[in-house]
Amino acid sequence: MSDGWIIKNLRAVKGRAYPRVVGAQREPSWVFFEVLLPLFTVAAYAYVYQFMDARQELIGYVVLGGAMTAFWLNVLWSMAAQFYWEKEIGNLQLYMIAPISRMSILAGMALGGMFSTTVNAASTLVIGALIFNIAFHVVDPVMLIAIFMVTMVALYGMGMMFASLYMLFGREAYHMSNLLTEPVYLASGFYFPVKYLGVFAAAGASFIPITLGLDALRQLFFTSGAGDAFLSLELELGLLLGLCALFMVLAHYSLRYMEYLGKATGRLTLRWQ
Amino acid sequence: MEAAVETKSLSRVFEPKKKKEGKSVTALDSVDLRIEGGELFGLLGPNGAGKTTLLKILSTLLLPTSGKAYVAGLDVESQFSAIRQKINMVSGGEISGYGLLTVKENLWMFSQFYGIKSKVALQRIDEMLKDFGLSEKKDAKVRTLSTGERQKMNVIRGFITDPDIIFLDEPTLGLDVNASRVIRSYMIDWLKDHPTKTVVLTTHYMVEADELCDRIAIIDNGRILACDTPERLKKMVKMNTTLSMDVTRLKDAAVLGSFSGVENFTFTEDGDKGLTRLRFVMRDESGVSDIISAVLSQGSRIESLQKTEPTLEDVFIKMVGKGLE
Repeated sequence: MSDGWIIKNLRAVKGRAYPRVVGAQREPSWVFFEVLLPLFTVAAYAYVYQFMDARQELIGYVVLGGAMTAFWLNVLWSMAAQFYWEKEIGNLQLYMIAPISRMSILAGMALGGMFSTTVNAASTLVIGALIFNIAFHVVDPVMLIAIFMVTMVALYGMGMMFASLYMLFGREAYHMSNLLTEPVYLASGFYFPVKYLGVFAAAGASFIPITLGLDALRQLFFTSGAGDAFLSLELELGLLLGLCALFMVLAHYSLRYMEYLGKATGRLTLRWQ
Repeated sequence: MEAAVETKSLSRVFEPKKKKEGKSVTALDSVDLRIEGGELFGLLGPNGAGKTTLLKILSTLLLPTSGKAYVAGLDVESQFSAIRQKINMVSGGEISGYGLLTVKENLWMFSQFYGIKSKVALQRIDEMLKDFGLSEKKDAKVRTLSTGERQKMNVIRGFITDPDIIFLDEPTLGLDVNASRVIRSYMIDWLKDHPTKTVVLTTHYMVEADELCDRIAIIDNGRILACDTPERLKKMVKMNTTLSMDVTRLKDAAVLGSFSGVENFTFTEDGDKGLTRLRFVMRDESGVSDIISAVLSQGSRIESLQKTEPTLEDVFIKMVGKGLE
């Protein structure tokens, strides 16, 4: 008896997650870049805060933000822009002719990426906490896990939506990814509480799931987090759930439309653009 | 009976991204083709003839500009999801997969995109690696493979999903004799074992097309110029004689094409041996003595002279007006 559509797609998810999971183990040099490099930026902000005699929690916010940069970079470069690379090496056309949903390929990338990036982010968090003597006070571990998972789903959902755009991109993919990297560090408050951007800017930045995710995680990791919060935990959880649904739906339609456009213009398989 | 592949007035025009980048290119021009189930069908044509464009449309990666294309009776525009359950494709010089993975892992990964159970996939991988003489490389990382080994792996990737129709775009491109032979043998055996399945092959190699294909379409400038069995195609030039001549280097070889009776003429220089290789497709033999005189009058010496029966290459030259090389 042939397997159903869901089983087939789950196998595809597993298949595409596999290279991400084993890749991290087979290329230990990646750990250097993904764990230690964020620590340099973290250290810069942490020393500024120390020099200013700021609250220790603020340094904790920076360490947490530094750990979360791994996810943003993973979504941007290894998820969204990945379709550009896949096109260059000829994988994209093989994904396209496979009788499964494009979302399964991307979900595989996301799950594999999440796994390896979580290991790297956790390492950054632990090393940063040890170096800067950060104390975490997790008051609600269930909520912490829920917020983290929902943030990841929404964030990688956004990555899937971007991936559809990158399907058609040529070398301009570099510029697009570069353009999105640094501004999001600022807009999402990776190194400071986002509420200090002001209500309107923070509300706009909240369309990037990591903004709300970080804000909520700070509330859950630090006792003074609630005082620096932009929104309440419950509201942030609700909004993140909304973003999950929004980005998944947008990704689905965007992938379908971009595939059609790519087939119509011939750019789906056109290399060296 | 339903055709494995059918196209009706199929055309594809590529528009430039920006107007200043040039004119539009017609890659396919009203192509009518019917490929039956169980056939090993070849598309033979020079670079830019439209072979790959046709395969991309049939494998649901590209939309036609006009006309229709059906694969297994399904429309490539509206029923592409159903077509994808029945097909696979492999391209020559493909660098797909991930270099970090082993051969076995790569093949397993691609099998998962077709929903094949891991146990079944791994068993098939072992069997096929054996068939292709790659068993010893199953745990080697893909990035360590030679070109031939890598292409064998790609071909396994295409066949492992047991497609009803497989599209092979120059699968033996740039491979040595042994690797090419293994791939060709596998195709023939596969069709013998699965008589209802279909292979659509594009190739540059005349011998490959002649040896493998049940039928061949000669394509150039997006048009199908002829489509028949290799034997029947060769009969199309039966009335002509092919004259091959190796002569010491000529000052002006091009002039030889203008003698009476010459329908087509090509020549190549063999720099290593200092020879010019001449090839004439003759309508009749009236001009042979004039050709020989012209060669001798240029101070050249005839090293060898051969009159041959028409080959697929002669058919190609007659149809396209030039050779493939």
